[in-house]
Amino acid sequence: MHQSFATQINSLLAALILLSAFALLAQRKKLAIVHLFAWQGFFLAVSTAVIGFASGEHHLYISSLLTLTMKVILLPYILYSLIIKLKIHREVEEVVNIPTTMLVGIVLVVFSYHLTAPIRDLSSLMTRSTLAVALATVMLGMLMMVTRRHAVTQILGFLEMENGLFFAATSATYGMPMVVELGVALDLLIAAFIFGIFFFHINTTFDTLDVDQMAKLKETD
Amino acid sequence: MTLHSLVIVLLQLVLLLALAPALSGWIKVVKCHAQGRTAPGIMQPYRDIRRLFIKDVVVAENASWLFRFTPYLVFGVTVMIGGIVPLISVDLPLAATADVIALVMLFGIIRFFTALAGMDIGTAFGGMGASREMTISSLAEPAMLMAIFTVSLANSSTSLTQMVSVMTRTEFVIRPSLAFALAAFILIALAETGRVPIDNPATHLELTMIHEAMILEYSGRHLALIEWAGMMKLMLFFALGIATFFPWGIAPAGDNILPMLALGLLIVKLMLGAMIMVLIETGLAKMRIFRIPEYLGSAFLLATLGMIAFFILE
Repeated sequence: MHQSFATQINSLLAALILLSAFALLAQRKKLAIVHLFAWQGFFLAVSTAVIGFASGEHHLYISSLLTLTMKVILLPYILYSLIIKLKIHREVEEVVNIPTTMLVGIVLVVFSYHLTAPIRDLSSLMTRSTLAVALATVMLGMLMMVTRRHAVTQILGFLEMENGLFFAATSATYGMPMVVELGVALDLLIAAFIFGIFFFHINTTFDTLDVDQMAKLKETD
Repeated sequence: MTLHSLVIVLLQLVLLLALAPALSGWIKVVKCHAQGRTAPGIMQPYRDIRRLFIKDVVVAENASWLFRFTPYLVFGVTVMIGGIVPLISVDLPLAATADVIALVMLFGIIRFFTALAGMDIGTAFGGMGASREMTISSLAEPAMLMAIFTVSLANSSTSLTQMVSVMTRTEFVIRPSLAFALAAFILIALAETGRVPIDNPATHLELTMIHEAMILEYSGRHLALIEWAGMMKLMLFFALGIATFFPWGIAPAGDNILPMLALGLLIVKLMLGAMIMVLIETGLAKMRIFRIPEYLGSAFLLATLGMIAFFILE
């Protein structure tokens, strides 16, 4: 099948986003997870810019720039300094059975491929094939939130879901309206501050960020 | 079979036999330079092999025919693989007899007999090495097949020569599936040829050795054959990687001058590949043996992702 060069680049970036989603799923060290998240945001920003260039939708450049500042610089920086401040950067997370999680992840990718197949047949955009990857990224983020027990990694899973949604918007319809995108970016920023505060509270109350501890709220004799 | 293809096959076999020790020597030289040591020289493997051929063979009293037979089988099968993997030209009559899946099986035969010979004498190390080798290969083989299937999908053939001709003839496109498959292939090739993150070919430390433990009882010309076959196996894995992922330059069938050009290109590619391998080997420490399943699991994941990427994105 012959594809234009921009589509090829975009496919490659989609593959890299998928790869970073799996790497996030497998990584145990917290700072490395933040780095991987920043890389994923970077691939997303470049992909958005490439789509913007190829389709002539110039507002995508602004989205790309927004992604770059928010997801590559600002959010990772906030999380990074939080992790350092809470002194949890040396902790190695106990993750149950990474190979099984990976296999579940592969099943999710195949599932989202089937789910988006009708849209791919209907759509005529150059990005129609990356929609499956976008949906898979959302699902892998969800899987990360389910399998991890640590508050920081759960938040990163949540942010990864947002990455996937953004990617889905650019590949399905060449991006959302600017107002919506600005709103989402602002929401994310505020969310970052709120979870920062929550991290501190959880940490001071339980001496750990392991959310399993929060099931023990009942007072015992 | 025409005269031309016969010449090509013979040329390839001679190349493999002659160049494999030089490649090992080159790897050692580059590695020594990278680590700030004095290099033994690129000819050292030739001298080692000659010395081993001159030495007497010492065989344990309770060794069976299997122990004596294995070195010849290992050497013979490795040379046969050399007639299947296109090094300089796709004009290989032998290639019609075996596709990539059969190729993986041939490597499996080598491993099977080496493991049997390791256990034959009944020493503790032989058994330990055999058990470890089998554990690793049982995980590496599916991943290897998966990576190769991805490449076969992209070129719609499982025959190596066919894959090479399809890839060199069609226009270059960026294929994410092949990038994944290449990453998986590198991980697996390091495991299969017993290089650093999995096994250290330069050490005889009891606790860590895998491949060396199996051939610990061999001496003289038996050991020479096994070592030589090991060097050829390394070169064949390089050649396999080159043929499946960077085939540009391998001559098409029925050409008389291009194979010579391909030979020069092959040597350049091998030298570059060896340098990349040295970078990996110098940058990494040997892995704990219980982490190897995770390592090979990620290789399998990469290969599977490559296959999925082929269906989704291409």
